[in-house]
Amino acid sequence: MNAAFALDHVIAELKHYLPAQASLKDFIHHNTLHSFQKDRFFEGIEKASLMFGYRTLLTLSEYRDLFQSNKISRQALRQVISEYHPEANLDALEEKFLRSDPGQMPLPRIGLLRATWKKCYRIDLDAQVQPLLFRVLCNYLDQGISVWNLPTASLDFLSSLREIEKLSRISIFRTARCKGLFLDPETHLEDLLKILVGKEEYFEQYLFDQQFAHPGWSGFVSVVEDNPATLLDKRSIRLADLIFFECLLEIDVLDQQLGDSWSSVSSNIQSPVPSLFDGYEKFDLWSYLKIWQEAFERSYHDQVLAGITTLRTAKRYSGHPSFQALFCIDDRECSLRRYLEDLDPACQTYGTPGFFGVEFFFRPENGKFLTKLCPAPVTPGYVIAEEHSTVRQISDPHFRKSTHGLFRGWLISQTLGFWSAVKLFLNVLRPSMSPAVSYSFRHMDKASTLTINHRPRPDGTPNKDRENPALQIGFQQKEQADRVENLLKSIGLVSDFAPLVYVVGHGASSVNNPHYAAYDCGACSGRAGSVNARVICAMANDAGVRSLLRERGIDIPGTTRFVGGLHDTTRDELLFFDESEMDEVQLRVHKKNELIFTRALDFNARERSRRFASIDTSDSLTEIHSQILVRSVSLFEPRPELNHATNALCIVGRRSLTDGLFLDRRSFMNSYDYQIDPDGKYLFGILKAAAPVCGGINLEYFFSRTDNRKLGAGTKLPHNVMGLFGVANGIDGDLRPGLPSQMIEVHDPLRLMIIVEHEPGVVLSAIQRNEETYEWFKNEWVLLTVVQPTTKNLFRFRDGQFMPYTPCAGAPPETNDIGSLLFSTDDNIPVHIIKS
Amino acid sequence: MNINIFLHFLILIPILGFLISLLLPPSNEKLNSRVAYYALGVQWFTLLGFILAWSLRGFQTIDIRDFVLFSTPGYEYFVDFYFDGISAVYMLVGTLLTFLITMYSRFYLHRESGYKRFFNTILFFYLGYTLVILSGNLETMFVGWEILGISSFLLIAFYRDRYLPVKNAVKVFSIYRVADVGLIVAMWMSHHLWHENTTFFKLSNYELVHHQLQEHSWIGIVVSLMILISAMAKSAQLPFSSWLPRAMEGPTPSSAIFYGSLSVHIGVFLLLRTFPFWEHQVSVRILIGLIGLFTAVATTGIARVQSSIKSQIAYSSIAQIGIIFIEVALGLKYLALLHFAGNAFLRTYQLLVSPSVVTYLIREQFYNFKLRPLTLEDSWPRRLEYSYYVLCLKEWNLDSLLYRYLWNPLKKLGNKLSFLTFTNALLILLPVLVFGLLLRTEEQWLPGSIHENLPELFSLLALIIVLKAFTERLHARLAWLLTVLNHCFLVLAISFNEHFGMEEVTLYLSGVLICGFFGWFILLRLKRLEGSINLDRFHGHSWLNPKLALGFLLCCLGVAGFPITPTFIGEDLLFSHIHEDQILLAVFTALSLIVNGLAIIRIYARVFLGPHSRSVYEMGYRSS
Repeated sequence: MNAAFALDHVIAELKHYLPAQASLKDFIHHNTLHSFQKDRFFEGIEKASLMFGYRTLLTLSEYRDLFQSNKISRQALRQVISEYHPEANLDALEEKFLRSDPGQMPLPRIGLLRATWKKCYRIDLDAQVQPLLFRVLCNYLDQGISVWNLPTASLDFLSSLREIEKLSRISIFRTARCKGLFLDPETHLEDLLKILVGKEEYFEQYLFDQQFAHPGWSGFVSVVEDNPATLLDKRSIRLADLIFFECLLEIDVLDQQLGDSWSSVSSNIQSPVPSLFDGYEKFDLWSYLKIWQEAFERSYHDQVLAGITTLRTAKRYSGHPSFQALFCIDDRECSLRRYLEDLDPACQTYGTPGFFGVEFFFRPENGKFLTKLCPAPVTPGYVIAEEHSTVRQISDPHFRKSTHGLFRGWLISQTLGFWSAVKLFLNVLRPSMSPAVSYSFRHMDKASTLTINHRPRPDGTPNKDRENPALQIGFQQKEQADRVENLLKSIGLVSDFAPLVYVVGHGASSVNNPHYAAYDCGACSGRAGSVNARVICAMANDAGVRSLLRERGIDIPGTTRFVGGLHDTTRDELLFFDESEMDEVQLRVHKKNELIFTRALDFNARERSRRFASIDTSDSLTEIHSQILVRSVSLFEPRPELNHATNALCIVGRRSLTDGLFLDRRSFMNSYDYQIDPDGKYLFGILKAAAPVCGGINLEYFFSRTDNRKLGAGTKLPHNVMGLFGVANGIDGDLRPGLPSQMIEVHDPLRLMIIVEHEPGVVLSAIQRNEETYEWFKNEWVLLTVVQPTTKNLFRFRDGQFMPYTPCAGAPPETNDIGSLLFSTDDNIPVHIIKS
Repeated sequence: MNINIFLHFLILIPILGFLISLLLPPSNEKLNSRVAYYALGVQWFTLLGFILAWSLRGFQTIDIRDFVLFSTPGYEYFVDFYFDGISAVYMLVGTLLTFLITMYSRFYLHRESGYKRFFNTILFFYLGYTLVILSGNLETMFVGWEILGISSFLLIAFYRDRYLPVKNAVKVFSIYRVADVGLIVAMWMSHHLWHENTTFFKLSNYELVHHQLQEHSWIGIVVSLMILISAMAKSAQLPFSSWLPRAMEGPTPSSAIFYGSLSVHIGVFLLLRTFPFWEHQVSVRILIGLIGLFTAVATTGIARVQSSIKSQIAYSSIAQIGIIFIEVALGLKYLALLHFAGNAFLRTYQLLVSPSVVTYLIREQFYNFKLRPLTLEDSWPRRLEYSYYVLCLKEWNLDSLLYRYLWNPLKKLGNKLSFLTFTNALLILLPVLVFGLLLRTEEQWLPGSIHENLPELFSLLALIIVLKAFTERLHARLAWLLTVLNHCFLVLAISFNEHFGMEEVTLYLSGVLICGFFGWFILLRLKRLEGSINLDRFHGHSWLNPKLALGFLLCCLGVAGFPITPTFIGEDLLFSHIHEDQILLAVFTALSLIVNGLAIIRIYARVFLGPHSRSVYEMGYRSS
């Protein structure tokens, strides 16, 4: 094989394994170990552990503690053990699981080859190379922190550095040889690798060692290479450029420290270095851990399954609904829906991905860029602009660059400096809304109008966006009808419309939180869902659209109105849009409903508060809610909300499937009625989105929890913002992708169990329709169980087929007092059946 | 009523707060934060009351000569407190900020492992700060000064199982050590200048100072220079600037007050406090002004190219401190104080809200994006622009310069001693020590010419020994032993110089030997538990042996002459026996003490801090 070709392959492999997190503003959850998804779950994560030293499961002692505290049930453990060892003596094995010591994890192989430098020359390359490398990368990629940008940043990475190196009297490098190599256009990466590594057979492993010494930066560069739009101020950089520059810096340090007296890695290898990629042996501990993990998952999931089969009677009110409300599939909406249904038993709630089936780019008034408002993999062909907004940005002088100037800094520190003291004082004693807060209600001005309806040009051609000619401004009527139909049919709301149908997106608010985008709606690419809610409502209210829908069998009565809204999941506030367009009757009903929403939000705030040490849950509802509001704007609060922590389920079915089951905000819920989808067309659409979105969220939490130091971002308290796109510890550190410990500390790492209400055969054909989707289920990165709708029999998807399944847990306990149950603990609460 | 008594409260409250905080159970967050909160709250209101009373009495400077810790004929170590406008401003700013930050951190650090440790260290830091600000003589100030150094080390290495915080903590500590020795030498020389341990109060007596300095003008200059070096190191002026951004490794609030504001302005305080002393040394004032100017200009450039928020704030803060140096040099005391307070508040707040910068600036960029706005430098010739950019990008090579000209030569010297293995060291050094002791007892037989060179000779030996300890790569225990031997040789060296009683020797060596013994024992025990503990890398043993780590830290403090054992007084006393014409002896001794502190903190860091080497799966990436 030709060396250049082989290198391309190596770089492609590296890009596959490196973390794939985009810049902070686009924080989108994904499976942290996506690169191992081609393997079955346990095999994939075992390999990940052995290659890179990740902790992909909890430790043995953690599992044993979970067993002691009953989070892992004895039945589940015994059941899983017997599935793996059907012949063995169960009691003896159980005893072994509880007490024996199966040894340690073998040492990971990453870094072994490159350790040769330290071993042979006592030289710490990383310590000498990384600070400069990171600094140059960060300055090149910087989005707006530095006052004086890299003068040549408009060129690609290597050209911009070459341009500088050519003219600058001070070299970036320490030695003349490297300067020469760098400026010589004939220098290729292979040449550098020959100097550094020597034999070609070691190139791949060396580069893995090198890049995985700082996976954060390498991963980010790789993401920018593939998706330049993740930076507003575009940069052109390739992973290969980073590697080229890093190899040069390494040669530079070796030359400077050792002069001529060094030779390549391969000539210094004394004993063979084990390969990074294969030849791994089985080890004892893993067979224990994986059974423990399955038992852990089963202990919870089987409670739910048992609950579903136990619920026999439909408890819901059966008359005409008072109002209907669509929420995001998000697990955080679980409890709000429960309270709404509790306060108004005649209402109906639905769940669906929070972009509500309308995909487009959004251009806020005066915005210089477009914001994508739909799931990350979708590329929309539409743009919707905000017009007539009256909101102006408020500025805060503390973020001004002039504070870093010499003379202005001198003036500012003696004037503004004292104002800072006052602000600090107020912020500690009386936190309040400020321009520094990322506030979901600011995503779109409520009073603005949106260009939802497409208006063709006078000549009849579609009206395209001026800057992005591929994008059409607004949707045509038929396109609107398609989307509304698709949404309503997928959730099973096709008849019996209430006078008001609320469509409520969600967003979050926080301050001092670089990960703010992770708290917003994942289905809207890490933004608030307010625009989507408004857009779909406008579409559904359009008379033309409704007549098209009528032709397709959905008859929305003229008295029904769709009302958009935004739920702030941090503050538990709800904002409704376009209320002025309601008629008097609707408005009166709306006012009544609003009271129910307000009350439900208060209860929801209280339920969330049980996890917050700063709030006393025995306070009055209003007091608790006001403290929840304060939390969201407190500079010193690293946990404004807990986001998706504890998620473990995704239910795809009618509300009646889980109505009356207390699931403790742990479930994604996608409404779906099998009766109007006999061939699984809409189911396919739902699962195609739910597996990567909910599965991605779930696995990112999973791995950030099991290994917060390598796969998560560690504690956020020392984080330093790098170039506005990432965080690092201190100033010389690697970027930290993944979730900070404050987001995952209460999370129990369980794989997502998707529970679908339909015939197993239909589900099987739905998931097999798309190879990428099927991979999630086939390799069990998400678990799947089907509830046969009429018999309520369970079928578990395992090894590529559905098998009848009986949960190991008995029927869950009943309760008629959620309140006292909730406030009995700040930990997860087992599944209960709510007696009405 | 005499208000002076209340000055004592301002010292006692932080001491009490700190001591109580040590005794609290680590699991009870509320209790830990509450003690800090009340200690600082009470302190704040006491301070306000005190300043009110003081102002009602017409802002008269207060000087309290407190108790004498130790005295021999011709030497007195006494504690002295002092209060004037400068102390008032520094106390107000420092106490207010620390108070606010404890309130802030109460919630911010919730569930962080090390919650108690954090508040302990903050209180300890504040105690050091108070001592420095209220001290009335260099000796008292030095106690606070040392506390600041060690608590800074602990705050920076707060995340002790990661590599970078520990590495940077050691780095910062080494710069602080330079500042320490500047102060020690200044103390020694001023002792000779005044023939007693003078107070800041006396320094403000113009005639007295003027008279003395005319007689000993060069000593005056050297004392001023030493003070200046201390101030430069502490306030991160060139060439020491690169430590400040690297100190930003702890939780954001601690970085905000300590490295954003309080710690970094201590150098300015030292200059303000000693202003009457160097006021009439025009050359020194020019030098201070130039250093300030140079720093301000250079670090502004560096700040302009920073692309991470904390390093940007750190460098712009240094630039402002450069200007404050100029203001101090010009004698603009009030302007300097105003500037200090404003800069401290501004940078603290900017650092605290620094995580919000993503939300804020991305939004601003979204609405007001301009493709690469032109900057001042774009109007320069490109060759100049690019050169200056690279210079600033590489932080003027400050970090590597310090390595190249300060630490690497020391290391090279030490490496020359690689023949000193464990047994060799004992076989050579112990007999030499015994021989030295014999010489000392039988010194009447020694010819004068030899005798008068013996102090220098033995102090040089001491220096060599401690260099070896500093560069030892293998045996932790050997390095440890050498740091203890270093002290013994120093005492021996100076005992040839001047006869002093066993009492002083005991005073000096008691702390060293006892702590040395326990430290040895801990290392031995650790070796039995964990196997080899070489000094070639970080081991991170505090991960599994936190108690041994704490015990060893205390031993380190003892051997390093930290004010927890009488050694601390002994060290100062030792210096008083060096004659003013024995520059070489003073230099060797001072260098010994610098390197000794470094060697000790290095042993602690290498053995106990950093990622735990055998728990690969539990640790983060080294680069993280």
